[in-house]
Amino acid sequence: MNTVYDFTIPARAPWSGIVRKGQTFRIVDLEGNQAVDCVFYNSRDPAERYSAPDTIAAQKNIFLTTGTTLMSNEGNPMLTITADTCGRHDTIGGACSCESNTLRYGHHTKHQHACVENFTYELAQHGLGKRDMTSNINWFMNVPVEADGALGIVDGISAPGKYVEMRAEMDTMVVISNCPQINNPCNGFNPTPVRVIITEPETEIAPSALG
Amino acid sequence: MAVDLSDPYKARAHARSMHGTQIKAMPTIPVSNARELPSDVPKADLLWDETLAAGDYCSRVLKRGSRLRLINLDGDACVNFLAYNADHPIERLNVADTVKVKWSAYLGQGKLLLSDMGRVLMSITTDTCGQHDTFCGASNAKTNAAKYGDGQNYSPHPNARDRFTIALTKHGLGKKDIAPNVNFFKSVKIDPEGNTIFASLSKAGDVVELRAEMNVLVLIANTPHVLDPRKAYTAGDLRVLAWKSAITGSDDPIRNASPESQRAFENTEDLYL
Repeated sequence: MNTVYDFTIPARAPWSGIVRKGQTFRIVDLEGNQAVDCVFYNSRDPAERYSAPDTIAAQKNIFLTTGTTLMSNEGNPMLTITADTCGRHDTIGGACSCESNTLRYGHHTKHQHACVENFTYELAQHGLGKRDMTSNINWFMNVPVEADGALGIVDGISAPGKYVEMRAEMDTMVVISNCPQINNPCNGFNPTPVRVIITEPETEIAPSALG
Repeated sequence: MAVDLSDPYKARAHARSMHGTQIKAMPTIPVSNARELPSDVPKADLLWDETLAAGDYCSRVLKRGSRLRLINLDGDACVNFLAYNADHPIERLNVADTVKVKWSAYLGQGKLLLSDMGRVLMSITTDTCGQHDTFCGASNAKTNAAKYGDGQNYSPHPNARDRFTIALTKHGLGKKDIAPNVNFFKSVKIDPEGNTIFASLSKAGDVVELRAEMNVLVLIANTPHVLDPRKAYTAGDLRVLAWKSAITGSDDPIRNASPESQRAFENTEDLYL
């Protein structure tokens, strides 16, 4: 595999990039228990985007791990998870926002940085906006649902160096918010950097042979 | 039997002969003609009476304080439901916040439908069913085609996503405005391994009643749940009623049920100062 991109996203920061069909996208939880909020768009038509409900309905399970196909809102496979050393990831917990923080923790959290701030800022760099905010994945985040429906973000099961890797089934724009939340255990109360790596299979014909 | 419609006069007479036709799945207009109303529905304040058969959809703007009652007439409706701030529809239902803020994945009496702006769109004032779905969202053309052979709008098996798309275009909105929805009257529960457990547990006459906590645009489609295992495209009739009522007071028990609910209402009241 050739590495075509390798970048460390600072703590609390947004990031976006393109993963082409057939390329592999890896996210590494460098220091452990860092939630990585993530959305995907069809890079040719961003109205087609990752859908948590379609992904859950397709696999009849709420947890994402090796073998999960991440589905679009049009029912198309976007990426397939090919490796996961963490074990499971969340897609029902949504992204933190300044506004929802006021409900969850109190109005004193209104001006804390939040994932929706990262997402809308990053989307705006691509001519997109809040209408394009959609259901997301929280890589490395742990959200169990109890028998009575009780649900919450609890202590993580990730650790330093754990990673998840997925193969793109279409040309995909990835938008990430490296979660800045400090009011619940999703980041161990200490947001940290994460690394993203894009690789692709060796080309069958070396460029020199084409000359 | 062929009807002679060879000139506009005959065609007009033919069209007008349909006047007054009554079927089950239709709106009552004027709504003052509504019949067989439940005894606790105030007829003088009625805004909306419409029945949806399988595949049908409707949408409407409801003012703050309005009540919206969904009646599962024969126990087999599947209500695909979305809501928006009618005055500023960039604010819309956020299912993740709806379950996360209330610390509960399951809807029921007293639960809130929260927007993505930290406000409450609607609260559930009555729920005789208590078995709904916050996980699986809308069917689409591909999922319906896989089950029923086709899933297009023009087919006998229209899907929820396309129903939402058309409804949204009538309010100047579009595909990008389709957020994850909830489904009333079809149950999805989660087992300890994270698996979804689908069940049809509603009975004939079950009611979900919602109170508009802001001016809302509601989209309602009655299409089979994406996990409904039946081979035939099946959804029972749904009656939709709405009427004018009072804006929620500061002493409301749903408003004050938890600190999270209280702040959601405070944020909403702040919008109307």
